Order: sequence, then structure tokens, then C-alpha cells
Amino acid sequence: MKAGLRLGCAECTTEVIVVRAPEGDVTLTCGDVPFVEVDAVRKGTGHGDANGEGTLLGKRYADDEVGLELLCTKAGTGALACEGRPMSIKRAKPLPSSD
Amino acid sequence: MDLNLILDMAVSGHGDRVAVTGPGRAVTYQELSRGAAAGAALARTKGADAITFVAANHVAYPAALFAAAAAGLPFIPLNYRLADTQLEPLMAAYPRALVVTERLSLPGADPALSLTRQEFLDELSSDTPTVPSPAVPDDVAVLLYTSGTSGAAKAAILRHRHLAAYVLGTVEFGSATEEEGALVTVPPYHIAGLANLLSNLYAGRRITYLDPFDPATWLATVRDEGTTQAMVVPTMLARIVTYLDGRDACVPTLRTLSYGGSRMPLPVLEEALARFGDTGFVNAYGLTETSSTIALLGPDDHRAALRADDSTARARLTSVGRLVPGVEVEVRDAHGSVLPLGEPGLVLLRGEQISGEYEGESALDAEGWFPTKDWGWVDRDGYLFIEGRADDTIIRGGENISPAEIEDVLVRHPAVTDAAVVGVPDDEWGQRIAAVLCVEGPPPATEELQAWIRGRLRSSKTPDIIQFTDELPRTHTGKLLRREVLAWLQATAGDGQDVVSR
Repeated sequence: MKAGLRLGCAECTTEVIVVRAPEGDVTLTCGDVPFVEVDAVRKGTGHGDANGEGTLLGKRYADDEVGLELLCTKAGTGALACEGRPMSIKRAKPLPSSD
Repeated sequence: MDLNLILDMAVSGHGDRVAVTGPGRAVTYQELSRGAAAGAALARTKGADAITFVAANHVAYPAALFAAAAAGLPFIPLNYRLADTQLEPLMAAYPRALVVTERLSLPGADPALSLTRQEFLDELSSDTPTVPSPAVPDDVAVLLYTSGTSGAAKAAILRHRHLAAYVLGTVEFGSATEEEGALVTVPPYHIAGLANLLSNLYAGRRITYLDPFDPATWLATVRDEGTTQAMVVPTMLARIVTYLDGRDACVPTLRTLSYGGSRMPLPVLEEALARFGDTGFVNAYGLTETSSTIALLGPDDHRAALRADDSTARARLTSVGRLVPGVEVEVRDAHGSVLPLGEPGLVLLRGEQISGEYEGESALDAEGWFPTKDWGWVDRDGYLFIEGRADDTIIRGGENISPAEIEDVLVRHPAVTDAAVVGVPDDEWGQRIAAVLCVEGPPPATEELQAWIRGRLRSSKTPDIIQFTDELPRTHTGKLLRREVLAWLQATAGDGQDVVSR
């Protein structure tokens, strides 16, 4: 896994980009389904038994144990998990607008 | 991560919002995205290998930037105010570029590849197929000419991954509410203009362009548009406070006013803080090569510094603040050794948003550190102070002297309106200190000004030479062109002035 890698959920519309990559490979799932390459053929229908809150556009999701950070670039219905652990939204202290 | 993905996210998140407004037109994120695809197709049809933008701010500016990204081509905004002789070599370097310009004749541009801003926008309304080969993160997104205060201008290379790292590191996606709007007066060929566009787009904040800038129209536009965020260069803020002449700015909607692009004179900042009521001030420091802002002094920092009793906290008003996430700083001496906190030296930066790359060469060292060539230091709480360009440091009798420190004291003299301090070559001292001043009313005596400095700084920092002039040479963002000041001093030395050597 490398920073900049784009992944999509095989079942729902969720898409993510790897912002910080862990050393070595990890199992990354959305609604318990493994991710595929973003350009792969995907159903985009949603999960049959989605039980999480779904993914939110523009939010960052992190797993500190392996040092993984994702940015959600398209929202969907599945919940993200890394090595079976639910990933939490990373909240950064807001910066004042400098532009 | 690339600019196309940033625009795609903005479209999914807030596609129906107005992205940009300018003279005569408003464009939503959705329209901007469609326009970018059409512009990319146009560039491809014409066989262009880049898109240049040689005009003032306009709705066509973001359209041209994203058209280039959608076509996987570099975007090159150029200073449309340059003389023909200066623009020609720049244009000639990109003979196959699609050119968006308002100039009737642009030397070096191919007429078959040139369009006005309006013609470019008209082309974007046509139905054109999507281009299949958009940029990838390592592609060149923008070539941006640095302001070149110390030599010839050169093009900094900013790749998609650098700009994306800046946006991701400093802006929370979709954090702006629907009523938020930014008023933009920084030029399109400056890194602040480019960074501004990307940040506001990612935050979902409407951008309004005002060009040219004048203080009365700026204040009226902030009130009419209900502007919530604005960015100015120090010369603009100086003109606003001069225009206000002691009155309040009366801009209740303005939440933050950020400034950057060159050093802010402290008297202007203090006057502005008094005139802008509840508006929060943000000092943003960065370079073209660092994809804009790398350090920020926020509204709370400004207020704390104003209220502070101890000198360390109060001095922070002249600091550029603390580093943004993902950027590291080191201060080194001339031999490359890292200096402890508080000691001034050469400022180096590292991080994903730092490019430090020019055409044909990278300025990064083996560990990825970029030498800014700025002279500065970091205080115990991580606040960065920038005293100016390292090349500008005066070495008088072995002592390093920052011209900015002397200038700050000079402009506090009631008669002085602007000041430039430079080192003049000298056989005895290595360099002597010369000050060139603009004054209001009759020029004060040299001895009076020297006493003014001596009373506030060490005597070794007192200028040996003081001259007066009507206006100092500055760049469009207000950066002082010291080498021109020195050349002027040396040229006038022939008129019987004791300048070059004692």
C-alpha cells in the first residue's frame, strides 16, 4: 500500500485515497467487503446489510495502530475497518483561514 | 492526490454552490467542472502542451487552471503587467501553449492558440467530450514565476501532489457554510492567488474577484457581498488604513483578514487591528516553492500579543506564527550546522507541500530540506520569525544586522512614511548601513534620525548614510527591491555624496 493509492468499495459508492500508508499490507474493508482498485468494475449498489454510519465525503479516517490514514473522496453506505478494527474519523484542530 | 480529484470532491460536496464570481458572471462548482472538461478538450484539439493565463483575475482563471489539470497539462499564469520585452522570452518558452489573454498583441504568442477570457469561457459552454487522460499526482500542475527580488525570475515547478498536500494539510473539506465568501485581490500569477483559489474551493467558499484593487471599492465590496474572508498584501492594507484615516472599517461580516506576500510594517498592522473591530487577523508566511503558506499567526495569537505584558509574547505580533501540519523547520548557520532555538540563521523547510524544484534542478538537499534563503529564528513555543532575505543581511564589522529591524524603527518616526536599509560596500567595515527614506513634510536632520535609532537599537545598527527619495522600488506584492535601492545609492554617490567608501 502506498500514499496516493485510490481504492473503491466493491459494493457501495465509497471511494478513498491513502493519505498515509502503513508499512506492509493491511486488510482494509468497507461494510466488511474488501476494497478494490478504484477503476475496477464495481456494483455501486450499496451493502445488503450495512450496519455502520457509512462514509462521509472529505473526512479523514485513521488507524493509529498501523499508521494508516485515508481521505474519503466519495461517500457511501459502508463502514471502514482496518484489520477488522473500525476506523475512526480523525479530527484535526481547525486552522484559521489563511487564504 | 491531484487537482482533478479536489474539484470532483467539491462537485460532490457542494456542486450547486457558486464557486467564483467576477465581473458579469457567477459559476457554480458543477459548471466549473464541466468547463474544465470542455477546456481540456479544446486544448487537446488545438494540440496545446500547456495553458498560459496572461490577464487579470476573472472567472476564466479557475476555468483555465482546471482545464489544464483535466488535460494533464501544466498551467502557467504570467504577470500580465510585464512589458513586452519581459513577456516575450517567457511566452517564447511555451510556443505550443493555449494562451488566455486580454492583451491585443502578445509577443511570442501564436494567434491561432490565443483567446480572450470571454472567448475561452464561450468555448466552455459548448458540448465537448471528456478528455480521457487527466493529470496524475506526479505531473506538473503549475509553473509559477517567483517574484525574483534577488535576481532573474525563475519558474518554480509545483506538482499536483505538492498543491494537494497543502490543501489537505490546511483546509477541512466543506468547512465553509453557504453564506461564506472570500474577496480576492491578490494577483492570479502569484502563489497566494493560486493557493487561495484551491483552499476556498475545497472549503466550499464562494470567491469574488476584485481587480484592480482600490481601498474604497474593497471596503464597499466587503459590505455589499457580506464577505467573510479576505486576503491582502501589506501595501493594500496600508492603503486601506490610510483611506480610513482613523475611522472604523465597519465590516461586521468580515471574520478573518489574512495578509502575506511581503513583510508587514508593524505600525500599519497596529492601526489596522484598531480599525477592524472584531475581525480576526491571520499572518500567512510561505514561498512559491513551498506551495504557499507554511506558517500561520492566527487571530488568537494577534490578540494575545496585543494584550501581553512580557516582551516575548508581545514580540509575536512580528512573528509569522507556527508551522502548519506536515511542515518541519530547521535553522542553520552558514556552515550547515543546526542552531538552537532562539538563534537566528538560515531557515530550511521540509514537508510534502514543499517543492523546491525549478526547471532542470531541485534545491532540496539529500534529506529533503529546502533552503528558503530567508533569515530567521524560532522562539521557545515554536513561533517562527522571519527577518528578511539572508542575502539582505548586512555584515558590519563582523556583526550580522537585519535591515528589517532598522526599517521597523525608522517607519515609527513621525516624519517617515517608508524606509529601506541596505549594506553599502566599505573597505573598513566590510559594509556600512545606508537608509533611504520617504518622508512627509521637510526631511528631518540626519543626526535626529540617527539619534532615533540609537535610542531604540544598538549604536552599531545606526545608519551611517541617510538619503531621501519620493518612492521606494517594490514588487506588486510590496516586496522591497533592495538591489535597486543599492544601485540608486551608488548612482547618486557620483553627485558628491559620500556613499561608497569612507
